[in-house]
Amino acid sequence: MTTSYIGVSLFVHKRYDNVAYLFLLPALIIILIFRFYPIIQAIGMSFYNWSIAGPLKFIWFKNYYRLFIDPKFYQSLLNTFWYVLGVVPLSIILSIVIAYFLNQKIKGQGIYRTIYYLPVVTSIVAISVVWRWIFNPDRGIFNAIFNLFGMEGLKWLNDSRGVFELLFNTELSGFFAGPSIALCCLMIMAVWYNLGYCIIICLAGLQNIPAQYYEAARIDGAKGWQLFWNITIPILSPTIFYLLITQSIIAFNTFTPVYVMTQPPGGPLGTTSLLVYYLYEQSFRLWNLGYANAIAFIVFVIIFTLTKFQQGFLEQRIYYE
Amino acid sequence: MNKKTVHIILIFGAIWMALPFFWMASTSLKTQDEALKFPPTIIPKNLVFSNFLEAFKQVDFTRYFINSIIMTTGAVLLVYFTTTLSAYAFARLKFPGRESLFTLFLAMMMIPMPVYLAPSYVILSKFRFIDTFFALIVPWGVNIFAIFLLRQHFKTLPQELFDAAKIDGLNHWQIIRYIVIPLSKPIIVTIGIFEIITNWNSFLWPLIVTHSDSMRTIQTGLAYFAQAESTNYPLLCAASTFTILPLIILYFFVQGQIMESYARSGLKE
Repeated sequence: MTTSYIGVSLFVHKRYDNVAYLFLLPALIIILIFRFYPIIQAIGMSFYNWSIAGPLKFIWFKNYYRLFIDPKFYQSLLNTFWYVLGVVPLSIILSIVIAYFLNQKIKGQGIYRTIYYLPVVTSIVAISVVWRWIFNPDRGIFNAIFNLFGMEGLKWLNDSRGVFELLFNTELSGFFAGPSIALCCLMIMAVWYNLGYCIIICLAGLQNIPAQYYEAARIDGAKGWQLFWNITIPILSPTIFYLLITQSIIAFNTFTPVYVMTQPPGGPLGTTSLLVYYLYEQSFRLWNLGYANAIAFIVFVIIFTLTKFQQGFLEQRIYYE
Repeated sequence: MNKKTVHIILIFGAIWMALPFFWMASTSLKTQDEALKFPPTIIPKNLVFSNFLEAFKQVDFTRYFINSIIMTTGAVLLVYFTTTLSAYAFARLKFPGRESLFTLFLAMMMIPMPVYLAPSYVILSKFRFIDTFFALIVPWGVNIFAIFLLRQHFKTLPQELFDAAKIDGLNHWQIIRYIVIPLSKPIIVTIGIFEIITNWNSFLWPLIVTHSDSMRTIQTGLAYFAQAESTNYPLLCAASTFTILPLIILYFFVQGQIMESYARSGLKE
Protein backbone atom coordinates (compact mmCIF):
# COMPACT_ATOMS: atom_id res chain seq x y z
CA MET A 1 0.00 0.00 0.00
CA THR A 2 2.68 2.49 -0.96
CA THR A 3 0.26 4.72 -2.85
CA SER A 4 -1.92 5.22 0.16
CA TYR A 5 1.13 5.99 2.28
CA ILE A 6 2.39 8.57 -0.20
CA GLY A 7 -1.14 9.87 -0.59
CA VAL A 8 -1.50 10.49 3.10
CA SER A 9 1.84 12.20 3.41
CA LEU A 10 1.21 14.36 0.37
CA PHE A 11 -2.19 15.63 1.31
CA VAL A 12 -2.35 15.58 5.05
CA HIS A 13 -0.57 18.91 5.42
CA LYS A 14 -3.40 20.69 3.64
CA ARG A 15 -5.83 21.11 6.54
CA TYR A 16 -8.96 22.46 4.90
CA ASP A 17 -10.64 21.99 1.53
CA ASN A 18 -12.17 25.40 0.98
CA VAL A 19 -13.71 24.20 -2.25
CA ALA A 20 -16.31 22.59 0.04
CA TYR A 21 -18.07 25.92 0.41
CA LEU A 22 -18.40 26.15 -3.34
CA PHE A 23 -19.89 22.65 -3.42
CA LEU A 24 -22.35 23.53 -0.66
CA LEU A 25 -23.34 26.83 -2.21
CA PRO A 26 -26.19 25.69 -4.51
CA ALA A 27 -27.92 23.70 -1.75
CA LEU A 28 -27.24 26.38 0.83
CA ILE A 29 -28.74 29.17 -1.27
CA ILE A 30 -31.93 27.20 -1.87
CA ILE A 31 -32.21 26.17 1.79
CA LEU A 32 -31.61 29.68 3.09
CA ILE A 33 -34.09 31.33 0.71
CA PHE A 34 -36.83 28.71 0.60
CA ARG A 35 -36.57 27.04 4.02
CA PHE A 36 -34.75 29.15 6.59
CA TYR A 37 -35.97 32.61 5.65
CA PRO A 38 -39.65 31.54 5.29
CA ILE A 39 -39.62 30.13 8.82
CA ILE A 40 -38.29 33.35 10.29
CA GLN A 41 -40.77 35.23 8.15
CA ALA A 42 -43.63 32.95 9.29
CA ILE A 43 -42.93 33.64 12.94
CA GLY A 44 -42.56 37.36 12.31
CA MET A 45 -45.66 37.65 10.16
CA SER A 46 -47.81 35.98 12.79
CA PHE A 47 -47.55 39.20 14.82
CA TYR A 48 -48.85 41.36 11.97
CA ASN A 49 -52.22 42.11 10.53
CA TRP A 50 -51.31 41.18 6.99
CA SER A 51 -53.84 40.81 4.22
CA ILE A 52 -53.76 41.37 0.49
CA ALA A 53 -55.11 44.91 0.81
CA GLY A 54 -54.45 47.47 3.52
CA PRO A 55 -51.28 48.40 5.37
CA LEU A 56 -49.12 46.09 7.41
CA LYS A 57 -49.78 46.59 11.11
CA PHE A 58 -48.00 45.19 14.13
CA ILE A 59 -50.68 43.80 16.42
CA TRP A 60 -48.74 41.83 19.03
CA PHE A 61 -50.51 38.61 19.94
CA LYS A 62 -53.89 39.45 18.46
CA ASN A 63 -53.63 36.72 15.79
CA TYR A 64 -53.03 34.17 18.52
CA TYR A 65 -55.88 35.57 20.56
CA ARG A 66 -58.13 35.31 17.52
CA LEU A 67 -57.02 31.69 17.13
CA PHE A 68 -57.99 31.10 20.74
CA ILE A 69 -61.59 32.18 20.16
CA ASP A 70 -62.07 30.96 16.57
CA PRO A 71 -64.65 28.13 16.57
CA LYS A 72 -63.63 27.08 13.03
CA PHE A 73 -60.06 26.62 14.20
CA TYR A 74 -61.25 24.41 17.05
CA GLN A 75 -63.38 22.42 14.67
CA SER A 76 -60.41 21.84 12.34
CA LEU A 77 -58.27 20.89 15.32
CA LEU A 78 -60.86 18.37 16.51
CA ASN A 79 -61.34 16.98 12.98
CA THR A 80 -57.59 16.54 12.64
CA PHE A 81 -57.45 14.83 16.03
CA TRP A 82 -60.09 12.27 14.97
CA TYR A 83 -58.46 11.84 11.59
CA VAL A 84 -55.00 11.04 12.98
CA LEU A 85 -56.47 8.86 15.72
CA GLY A 86 -58.42 6.83 13.18
CA VAL A 87 -56.01 6.59 10.28
CA VAL A 88 -52.65 5.93 11.92
CA PRO A 89 -53.39 2.95 14.21
CA LEU A 90 -55.65 1.29 11.66
CA SER A 91 -53.08 1.59 8.85
CA ILE A 92 -50.35 0.17 11.04
CA ILE A 93 -52.34 -2.73 12.49
CA LEU A 94 -53.69 -3.83 9.11
CA SER A 95 -50.28 -3.55 7.49
CA ILE A 96 -48.63 -5.69 10.19
CA VAL A 97 -51.21 -8.42 9.70
CA ILE A 98 -50.93 -8.40 5.91
CA ALA A 99 -47.13 -8.17 5.97
CA TYR A 100 -47.07 -11.13 8.38
CA PHE A 101 -49.10 -13.20 5.93
CA LEU A 102 -47.11 -12.04 2.92
CA ASN A 103 -43.90 -13.04 4.66
CA GLN A 104 -44.93 -16.70 4.77
CA LYS A 105 -44.08 -19.17 2.04
CA ILE A 106 -47.20 -19.05 -0.09
CA LYS A 107 -47.97 -19.14 -3.79
CA GLY A 108 -48.71 -16.00 -5.77
CA GLN A 109 -46.65 -13.70 -3.53
CA GLY A 110 -45.52 -11.57 -6.45
CA ILE A 111 -49.10 -10.87 -7.54
CA TYR A 112 -50.26 -10.06 -4.01
CA ARG A 113 -47.38 -7.64 -3.50
CA THR A 114 -47.92 -5.92 -6.83
CA ILE A 115 -51.55 -5.23 -5.92
CA TYR A 116 -50.95 -4.19 -2.31
CA TYR A 117 -48.09 -1.83 -3.20
CA LEU A 118 -49.84 -0.13 -6.11
CA PRO A 119 -51.15 2.96 -4.19
CA VAL A 120 -47.54 3.94 -3.36
CA VAL A 121 -46.99 5.34 -6.85
CA THR A 122 -50.52 6.64 -7.45
CA SER A 123 -51.39 10.31 -7.27
CA ILE A 124 -53.69 11.32 -4.43
CA VAL A 125 -55.59 13.70 -6.69
CA ALA A 126 -56.52 10.95 -9.16
CA ILE A 127 -57.37 8.51 -6.41
CA SER A 128 -59.47 11.12 -4.58
CA VAL A 129 -61.49 11.64 -7.75
CA VAL A 130 -62.10 7.89 -7.96
CA TRP A 131 -63.09 7.56 -4.29
CA ARG A 132 -65.44 10.50 -4.66
CA TRP A 133 -67.15 8.47 -7.37
CA ILE A 134 -67.16 5.32 -5.21
CA PHE A 135 -68.79 7.29 -2.38
CA ASN A 136 -71.32 8.97 -4.70
CA PRO A 137 -74.69 8.85 -2.87
CA ASP A 138 -76.82 8.34 -6.00
CA ARG A 139 -74.71 6.23 -8.33
CA GLY A 140 -71.78 5.09 -6.23
CA ILE A 141 -70.71 1.47 -5.92
CA PHE A 142 -70.93 1.43 -2.11
CA ASN A 143 -74.59 2.34 -2.10
CA ALA A 144 -75.15 -0.22 -4.86
CA ILE A 145 -73.65 -2.88 -2.60
CA PHE A 146 -75.76 -1.62 0.32
CA ASN A 147 -78.88 -1.89 -1.82
CA LEU A 148 -77.91 -5.39 -2.88
CA PHE A 149 -78.15 -6.44 0.77
CA GLY A 150 -81.39 -4.53 1.24
CA MET A 151 -79.83 -1.75 3.29
CA GLU A 152 -80.50 1.92 2.91
CA GLY A 153 -77.69 3.85 1.26
CA LEU A 154 -75.69 6.55 3.05
CA LYS A 155 -74.94 10.07 1.90
CA TRP A 156 -71.24 9.42 2.59
CA LEU A 157 -69.22 12.54 1.74
CA ASN A 158 -72.29 14.78 2.10
CA ASP A 159 -73.20 13.50 5.54
CA SER A 160 -72.25 15.80 8.41
CA ARG A 161 -73.70 13.55 11.11
CA GLY A 162 -71.23 12.26 13.67
CA VAL A 163 -70.38 8.61 13.35
CA PHE A 164 -71.30 7.93 16.99
CA GLU A 165 -74.72 9.40 16.33
CA LEU A 166 -75.20 6.87 13.58
CA LEU A 167 -73.82 3.95 15.62
CA PHE A 168 -75.82 4.63 18.78
CA ASN A 169 -78.77 6.14 16.91
CA THR A 170 -79.04 9.18 19.20
CA GLU A 171 -78.37 12.86 18.86
CA LEU A 172 -75.00 13.91 20.15
CA SER A 173 -73.04 17.08 19.67
CA GLY A 174 -69.50 18.39 19.52
CA PHE A 175 -66.80 16.04 20.68
CA PHE A 176 -69.22 13.25 21.59
CA ALA A 177 -70.69 13.04 18.10
CA GLY A 178 -67.32 11.84 16.88
CA PRO A 179 -65.91 12.41 13.39
CA SER A 180 -68.56 13.08 10.76
CA ILE A 181 -69.43 10.36 8.28
CA ALA A 182 -67.86 12.53 5.57
CA LEU A 183 -64.62 12.62 7.55
CA CYS A 184 -64.81 8.84 8.02
CA CYS A 185 -64.91 8.52 4.22
CA LEU A 186 -61.64 10.44 4.04
CA MET A 187 -60.23 8.18 6.75
CA ILE A 188 -61.24 5.03 4.86
CA MET A 189 -59.49 6.33 1.77
CA ALA A 190 -56.39 7.32 3.73
CA VAL A 191 -56.06 3.86 5.29
CA TRP A 192 -56.42 2.31 1.85
CA TYR A 193 -53.78 4.68 0.50
CA ASN A 194 -51.27 4.26 3.34
CA LEU A 195 -51.45 0.48 3.46
CA GLY A 196 -49.02 -0.10 0.58
CA TYR A 197 -46.23 1.96 2.11
CA CYS A 198 -46.77 0.55 5.61
CA ILE A 199 -46.67 -3.03 4.30
CA ILE A 200 -43.37 -2.40 2.51
CA ILE A 201 -41.81 -1.05 5.71
CA CYS A 202 -43.25 -3.85 7.89
CA LEU A 203 -42.14 -6.52 5.44
CA ALA A 204 -38.61 -5.11 5.42
CA GLY A 205 -38.69 -5.31 9.22
CA LEU A 206 -40.04 -8.87 9.21
CA GLN A 207 -37.39 -10.08 6.81
CA ASN A 208 -34.71 -8.99 9.26
CA ILE A 209 -35.94 -11.47 11.87
CA PRO A 210 -33.62 -14.49 11.85
CA ALA A 211 -35.42 -17.80 11.22
CA GLN A 212 -33.56 -19.36 14.15
CA TYR A 213 -35.65 -17.32 16.59
CA TYR A 214 -38.80 -19.00 15.37
CA GLU A 215 -37.15 -22.41 15.31
CA ALA A 216 -35.92 -22.03 18.86
CA ALA A 217 -39.36 -20.91 20.03
CA ARG A 218 -41.01 -23.84 18.24
CA ILE A 219 -38.68 -26.28 19.97
CA ASP A 220 -39.79 -24.72 23.24
CA GLY A 221 -43.38 -25.45 22.23
CA ALA A 222 -44.61 -22.01 21.07
CA LYS A 223 -47.29 -21.97 18.37
CA GLY A 224 -49.02 -19.64 15.89
CA TRP A 225 -50.17 -16.57 17.77
CA GLN A 226 -47.61 -17.08 20.53
CA LEU A 227 -44.86 -16.76 17.94
CA PHE A 228 -46.53 -13.64 16.58
CA TRP A 229 -46.93 -11.93 19.97
CA ASN A 230 -43.68 -12.99 21.57
CA ILE A 231 -41.24 -12.80 18.67
CA THR A 232 -42.64 -10.88 15.72
CA ILE A 233 -44.18 -7.91 17.54
CA PRO A 234 -41.27 -7.24 19.96
CA ILE A 235 -38.66 -7.40 17.21
CA LEU A 236 -40.83 -5.34 14.90
CA SER A 237 -41.31 -2.60 17.52
CA PRO A 238 -38.68 -0.17 16.12
CA THR A 239 -40.42 -0.45 12.73
CA ILE A 240 -43.82 0.15 14.31
CA PHE A 241 -42.40 3.12 16.18
CA TYR A 242 -40.97 4.56 12.98
CA LEU A 243 -44.30 4.12 11.20
CA LEU A 244 -46.18 5.69 14.10
CA ILE A 245 -44.13 8.88 13.83
CA THR A 246 -44.00 9.20 10.05
CA GLN A 247 -47.65 8.27 9.53
CA SER A 248 -48.82 10.73 12.20
CA ILE A 249 -46.87 13.52 10.54
CA ILE A 250 -48.27 12.59 7.12
CA ALA A 251 -51.81 12.46 8.53
CA PHE A 252 -51.39 15.88 10.15
CA ASN A 253 -50.30 17.28 6.79
CA THR A 254 -53.32 15.96 4.89
CA PHE A 255 -54.68 18.43 2.38
CA THR A 256 -55.45 16.98 -1.06
CA PRO A 257 -58.41 14.66 -0.24
CA VAL A 258 -60.15 17.51 1.59
CA TYR A 259 -59.69 19.76 -1.41
CA VAL A 260 -60.70 17.27 -4.09
CA MET A 261 -63.28 15.03 -2.42
CA THR A 262 -65.52 17.28 -0.36
CA GLN A 263 -67.89 19.89 -1.76
CA PRO A 264 -67.58 22.65 -0.72
CA PRO A 265 -63.94 21.95 0.24
CA GLY A 266 -63.91 21.46 3.99
CA GLY A 267 -67.04 19.42 3.69
CA PRO A 268 -70.58 19.57 4.94
CA LEU A 269 -70.70 22.12 7.79
CA GLY A 270 -66.91 22.22 7.92
CA THR A 271 -66.74 18.68 9.26
CA THR A 272 -63.90 17.61 6.95
CA SER A 273 -61.84 20.77 7.34
CA LEU A 274 -58.45 19.56 8.54
CA LEU A 275 -55.83 21.92 9.98
CA VAL A 276 -53.71 22.21 6.85
CA TYR A 277 -56.80 22.79 4.74
CA TYR A 278 -57.90 25.55 7.14
CA LEU A 279 -54.42 27.04 6.86
CA TYR A 280 -54.71 26.97 3.06
CA GLU A 281 -58.16 28.56 3.18
CA GLN A 282 -57.01 31.39 5.44
CA SER A 283 -53.85 32.00 3.37
CA PHE A 284 -54.92 31.60 -0.24
CA ARG A 285 -58.71 31.98 -0.27
CA LEU A 286 -59.19 34.72 2.34
CA TRP A 287 -55.63 36.10 2.19
CA ASN A 288 -55.32 36.55 5.96
CA LEU A 289 -51.61 35.87 5.77
CA GLY A 290 -50.81 37.08 9.28
CA TYR A 291 -53.52 34.97 10.86
CA ALA A 292 -52.56 32.02 8.66
CA ASN A 293 -49.04 32.14 10.03
CA ALA A 294 -50.34 31.92 13.57
CA ILE A 295 -52.13 28.74 12.50
CA ALA A 296 -48.95 27.50 10.81
CA PHE A 297 -47.06 28.04 14.05
CA ILE A 298 -49.58 25.90 15.94
CA VAL A 299 -49.32 23.17 13.28
CA PHE A 300 -45.56 23.25 13.71
CA VAL A 301 -45.77 23.07 17.51
CA ILE A 302 -48.19 20.13 17.39
CA ILE A 303 -46.11 18.11 14.95
CA PHE A 304 -42.92 18.88 16.82
CA THR A 305 -44.25 17.98 20.28
CA LEU A 306 -45.93 14.89 18.87
CA THR A 307 -42.60 13.67 17.59
CA LYS A 308 -40.88 14.43 20.88
CA PHE A 309 -43.69 12.96 22.96
CA GLN A 310 -43.75 9.75 20.98
CA GLN A 311 -40.00 9.49 21.24
CA GLY A 312 -39.95 9.98 24.99
CA PHE A 313 -42.96 7.84 25.75
CA LEU A 314 -42.23 4.93 23.48
CA GLU A 315 -38.49 4.66 23.49
CA GLN A 316 -38.38 2.95 26.88
CA ARG A 317 -40.73 0.19 25.85
CA ILE A 318 -39.21 -0.56 22.52
CA TYR A 319 -37.17 -3.64 21.96
CA TYR A 320 -33.86 -2.81 20.34
CA GLU A 321 -31.79 -5.65 19.05
CA MET B 1 -53.09 -20.84 10.70
CA ASN B 2 -53.30 -22.95 7.56
CA LYS B 3 -52.43 -21.80 4.05
CA LYS B 4 -56.05 -21.66 2.90
CA THR B 5 -57.07 -19.11 5.54
CA VAL B 6 -54.03 -17.02 4.72
CA HIS B 7 -54.96 -17.04 1.05
CA ILE B 8 -58.60 -16.15 1.73
CA ILE B 9 -57.61 -13.15 3.87
CA LEU B 10 -55.01 -12.01 1.34
CA ILE B 11 -57.44 -12.34 -1.57
CA PHE B 12 -60.09 -10.29 0.25
CA GLY B 13 -57.47 -7.66 0.97
CA ALA B 14 -56.30 -7.68 -2.64
CA ILE B 15 -59.85 -7.21 -3.92
CA TRP B 16 -60.27 -4.26 -1.56
CA MET B 17 -56.97 -2.74 -2.71
CA ALA B 18 -57.71 -3.28 -6.40
CA LEU B 19 -61.33 -2.10 -6.26
CA PRO B 20 -60.69 1.63 -6.86
CA PHE B 21 -58.34 0.87 -9.75
CA PHE B 22 -60.77 -1.56 -11.31
CA TRP B 23 -63.69 0.83 -10.83
CA MET B 24 -61.72 3.69 -12.34
CA ALA B 25 -60.78 1.67 -15.44
CA SER B 26 -64.28 0.26 -15.80
CA THR B 27 -65.99 3.66 -15.55
CA SER B 28 -63.52 5.26 -17.94
CA LEU B 29 -64.67 2.83 -20.65
CA LYS B 30 -68.40 3.44 -20.18
CA THR B 31 -70.71 5.89 -21.89
CA GLN B 32 -72.17 8.62 -19.70
CA ASP B 33 -75.58 6.87 -19.89
CA GLU B 34 -74.23 3.54 -18.75
CA ALA B 35 -72.23 5.14 -15.93
CA LEU B 36 -75.42 6.67 -14.54
CA LYS B 37 -77.25 3.33 -14.39
CA PHE B 38 -78.12 2.17 -10.92
CA PRO B 39 -77.33 -0.51 -9.89
CA PRO B 40 -74.18 -0.09 -11.99
CA THR B 41 -72.83 -2.58 -14.50
CA ILE B 42 -69.57 -4.12 -13.30
CA ILE B 43 -68.01 -4.48 -16.75
CA PRO B 44 -69.03 -2.00 -19.50
CA LYS B 45 -71.44 -3.44 -22.10
CA ASN B 46 -69.62 -1.89 -25.03
CA LEU B 47 -66.16 -0.55 -24.43
CA VAL B 48 -65.84 3.06 -25.52
CA PHE B 49 -62.44 4.71 -25.68
CA SER B 50 -63.75 8.12 -26.69
CA ASN B 51 -63.65 9.40 -23.07
CA PHE B 52 -59.88 9.60 -23.24
CA LEU B 53 -59.90 11.75 -26.37
CA GLU B 54 -62.83 13.79 -25.08
CA ALA B 55 -60.98 14.65 -21.85
CA PHE B 56 -58.03 15.90 -23.88
CA LYS B 57 -60.40 18.05 -25.92
CA GLN B 58 -62.17 19.59 -22.92
CA VAL B 59 -59.07 20.92 -21.21
CA ASP B 60 -55.46 21.19 -22.33
CA PHE B 61 -54.09 17.98 -20.80
CA THR B 62 -51.28 17.90 -23.38
CA ARG B 63 -49.97 21.16 -21.93
CA TYR B 64 -50.38 19.84 -18.35
CA PHE B 65 -48.44 16.69 -19.25
CA ILE B 66 -45.62 18.71 -20.80
CA ASN B 67 -45.50 20.99 -17.75
CA SER B 68 -45.31 18.03 -15.37
CA ILE B 69 -42.57 16.43 -17.45
CA ILE B 70 -40.55 19.67 -17.43
CA MET B 71 -41.08 20.13 -13.71
CA THR B 72 -40.13 16.54 -12.86
CA THR B 73 -37.07 16.49 -15.11
CA GLY B 74 -35.89 19.86 -13.82
CA ALA B 75 -36.33 18.86 -10.20
CA VAL B 76 -34.52 15.54 -10.64
CA LEU B 77 -31.54 17.19 -12.34
CA LEU B 78 -31.33 20.04 -9.85
CA VAL B 79 -31.61 17.68 -6.88
CA TYR B 80 -28.88 15.46 -8.31
CA PHE B 81 -26.63 18.49 -8.76
CA THR B 82 -27.15 20.03 -5.31
CA THR B 83 -27.26 16.82 -3.26
CA THR B 84 -24.26 15.08 -4.81
CA LEU B 85 -22.06 18.14 -4.35
CA SER B 86 -23.11 18.86 -0.78
CA ALA B 87 -23.07 15.21 0.27
CA TYR B 88 -19.53 14.94 -1.10
CA ALA B 89 -18.50 18.05 0.81
CA PHE B 90 -20.04 16.79 4.05
CA ALA B 91 -18.62 13.29 3.71
CA ARG B 92 -15.13 13.73 2.27
CA LEU B 93 -13.96 17.29 2.73
CA LYS B 94 -12.65 19.05 5.82
CA PHE B 95 -13.70 22.61 6.48
CA PRO B 96 -14.59 24.79 9.45
CA GLY B 97 -18.28 24.69 10.35
CA ARG B 98 -18.95 21.33 8.71
CA GLU B 99 -20.83 19.77 11.62
CA SER B 100 -22.89 22.85 12.42
CA LEU B 101 -23.87 23.32 8.77
CA PHE B 102 -24.94 19.69 8.57
CA THR B 103 -27.00 20.12 11.74
CA LEU B 104 -28.66 23.17 10.18
CA PHE B 105 -29.56 21.10 7.10
CA LEU B 106 -31.05 18.33 9.23
CA ALA B 107 -33.00 20.82 11.33
CA MET B 108 -34.60 22.23 8.19
CA MET B 109 -35.86 18.72 7.45
CA MET B 110 -37.94 18.81 10.66
CA ILE B 111 -40.06 21.76 9.51
CA PRO B 112 -43.40 20.61 8.09
CA MET B 113 -44.24 21.98 4.65
CA PRO B 114 -47.41 23.90 5.60
CA VAL B 115 -45.37 26.24 7.79
CA TYR B 116 -43.51 27.81 4.91
CA LEU B 117 -46.29 27.87 2.33
CA ALA B 118 -47.45 31.45 2.84
CA PRO B 119 -44.01 33.05 3.35
CA SER B 120 -42.59 31.23 0.31
CA TYR B 121 -45.48 32.52 -1.74
CA VAL B 122 -44.75 36.07 -0.60
CA ILE B 123 -41.05 35.75 -1.47
CA LEU B 124 -41.77 34.27 -4.90
CA SER B 125 -44.33 36.94 -5.73
CA LYS B 126 -41.97 39.73 -4.60
CA PHE B 127 -39.49 38.59 -7.24
CA ARG B 128 -42.29 37.96 -9.78
CA PHE B 129 -41.62 34.25 -9.95
CA ILE B 130 -45.24 33.21 -9.41
CA ASP B 131 -46.53 31.26 -12.40
CA THR B 132 -43.10 30.24 -13.68
CA PHE B 133 -41.18 26.98 -13.87
CA PHE B 134 -38.68 28.57 -11.53
CA ALA B 135 -41.33 28.60 -8.78
CA LEU B 136 -42.27 24.99 -9.52
CA ILE B 137 -38.74 23.59 -9.57
CA VAL B 138 -36.16 25.60 -7.65
CA PRO B 139 -37.71 25.72 -4.12
CA TRP B 140 -37.69 21.88 -4.19
CA GLY B 141 -34.22 21.68 -5.72
CA VAL B 142 -32.68 20.30 -2.52
CA ASN B 143 -33.59 17.00 -0.94
CA ILE B 144 -32.09 16.99 2.53
CA PHE B 145 -32.91 13.36 3.16
CA ALA B 146 -31.07 12.48 -0.06
CA ILE B 147 -28.03 14.45 1.13
CA PHE B 148 -28.19 12.45 4.33
CA LEU B 149 -28.41 9.11 2.48
CA LEU B 150 -25.58 9.98 0.07
CA ARG B 151 -23.34 11.31 2.83
CA GLN B 152 -23.67 8.05 4.75
CA HIS B 153 -22.75 6.14 1.62
CA PHE B 154 -19.83 8.37 0.58
CA LYS B 155 -18.34 7.91 4.03
CA THR B 156 -18.10 4.17 3.50
CA LEU B 157 -15.97 4.48 0.36
CA PRO B 158 -12.32 3.52 1.06
CA GLN B 159 -9.86 6.40 1.54
CA GLU B 160 -7.23 4.64 -0.65
CA LEU B 161 -9.43 5.26 -3.66
CA PHE B 162 -9.38 9.00 -3.10
CA ASP B 163 -5.68 9.11 -2.40
CA ALA B 164 -4.94 7.20 -5.59
CA ALA B 165 -7.18 9.52 -7.58
CA LYS B 166 -5.38 12.56 -6.23
CA ILE B 167 -2.01 11.10 -7.13
CA ASP B 168 -3.31 10.54 -10.63
CA GLY B 169 -4.07 14.25 -10.68
CA LEU B 170 -7.86 14.15 -10.58
CA ASN B 171 -9.57 17.19 -9.13
CA HIS B 172 -12.71 17.05 -6.99
CA TRP B 173 -15.07 17.34 -9.94
CA GLN B 174 -13.40 14.44 -11.68
CA ILE B 175 -13.35 12.36 -8.51
CA ILE B 176 -17.09 12.87 -8.14
CA ARG B 177 -17.76 12.10 -11.76
CA TYR B 178 -15.48 9.10 -12.34
CA ILE B 179 -15.24 7.50 -8.91
CA VAL B 180 -17.95 8.55 -6.49
CA ILE B 181 -20.99 8.48 -8.78
CA PRO B 182 -20.25 5.12 -10.45
CA LEU B 183 -19.82 3.58 -6.99
CA SER B 184 -23.14 4.97 -5.71
CA LYS B 185 -25.51 3.87 -8.44
CA PRO B 186 -28.14 2.10 -6.27
CA ILE B 187 -28.59 5.15 -4.02
CA ILE B 188 -28.63 7.54 -6.95
CA VAL B 189 -31.35 5.45 -8.57
CA THR B 190 -33.26 5.47 -5.26
CA ILE B 191 -33.11 9.26 -5.10
CA GLY B 192 -34.20 9.54 -8.72
CA ILE B 193 -37.22 7.31 -8.10
CA PHE B 194 -38.26 9.31 -5.02
CA GLU B 195 -37.93 12.57 -6.89
CA ILE B 196 -39.90 11.35 -9.90
CA ILE B 197 -42.76 10.02 -7.75
CA THR B 198 -42.87 13.08 -5.48
CA ASN B 199 -42.75 15.64 -8.28
CA TRP B 200 -45.15 13.90 -10.60
CA ASN B 201 -47.68 13.60 -7.76
CA SER B 202 -47.08 16.93 -6.03
CA PHE B 203 -50.24 18.98 -5.75
CA LEU B 204 -50.37 21.61 -3.01
CA TRP B 205 -47.24 23.46 -4.14
CA PRO B 206 -48.19 23.80 -7.85
CA LEU B 207 -51.69 24.77 -6.74
CA ILE B 208 -50.28 27.72 -4.83
CA VAL B 209 -47.47 28.98 -7.05
CA THR B 210 -49.24 28.79 -10.43
CA HIS B 211 -52.40 30.59 -11.51
CA SER B 212 -52.72 30.51 -15.28
CA ASP B 213 -54.13 27.57 -17.20
CA SER B 214 -50.98 27.22 -19.31
CA MET B 215 -48.84 26.64 -16.20
CA ARG B 216 -51.01 23.91 -14.65
CA THR B 217 -49.30 20.60 -13.92
CA ILE B 218 -51.06 17.31 -14.50
CA GLN B 219 -52.24 17.15 -10.86
CA THR B 220 -53.60 20.68 -10.58
CA GLY B 221 -55.06 20.26 -14.07
CA LEU B 222 -56.89 17.12 -12.99
CA ALA B 223 -58.18 18.80 -9.83
CA TYR B 224 -59.42 21.71 -11.92
CA PHE B 225 -61.08 19.30 -14.36
CA ALA B 226 -62.70 17.46 -11.42
CA GLN B 227 -64.35 20.71 -10.35
CA ALA B 228 -65.35 21.82 -13.85
CA GLU B 229 -66.80 18.44 -14.84
CA SER B 230 -67.87 17.42 -11.37
CA THR B 231 -70.48 14.86 -12.47
CA ASN B 232 -69.17 13.41 -15.72
CA TYR B 233 -67.46 10.44 -14.14
CA PRO B 234 -66.49 8.54 -17.31
CA LEU B 235 -64.47 11.59 -18.35
CA LEU B 236 -63.02 12.10 -14.87
CA CYS B 237 -62.05 8.43 -14.58
CA ALA B 238 -60.41 8.55 -18.01
CA ALA B 239 -58.43 11.63 -16.94
CA SER B 240 -57.47 9.97 -13.63
CA THR B 241 -56.32 6.89 -15.52
CA PHE B 242 -53.90 8.72 -17.78
CA THR B 243 -52.68 10.83 -14.86
CA ILE B 244 -51.48 7.79 -12.94
CA LEU B 245 -50.49 5.74 -15.99
CA PRO B 246 -46.87 6.98 -16.43
CA LEU B 247 -45.92 6.00 -12.88
CA ILE B 248 -47.86 2.72 -13.08
CA ILE B 249 -45.84 1.83 -16.18
CA LEU B 250 -42.64 2.78 -14.37
CA TYR B 251 -43.83 0.65 -11.44
CA PHE B 252 -44.28 -2.45 -13.58
CA PHE B 253 -40.81 -2.07 -15.04
CA VAL B 254 -38.83 -1.36 -11.88
CA GLN B 255 -41.11 -2.62 -9.10
CA GLY B 256 -38.29 -4.36 -7.24
CA GLN B 257 -36.14 -1.24 -7.34
CA ILE B 258 -38.98 1.01 -6.13
CA MET B 259 -39.88 -1.28 -3.23
CA GLU B 260 -36.25 -1.58 -2.21
CA SER B 261 -35.96 2.22 -2.24
CA TYR B 262 -38.95 2.63 0.04
CA ALA B 263 -37.81 -0.14 2.35
CA ARG B 264 -34.40 1.48 2.59
CA SER B 265 -35.94 4.86 3.41
CA GLY B 266 -37.60 3.25 6.43
CA LEU B 267 -34.36 2.07 7.95
CA LYS B 268 -33.04 5.26 9.41
CA GLU B 269 -29.42 5.67 10.47
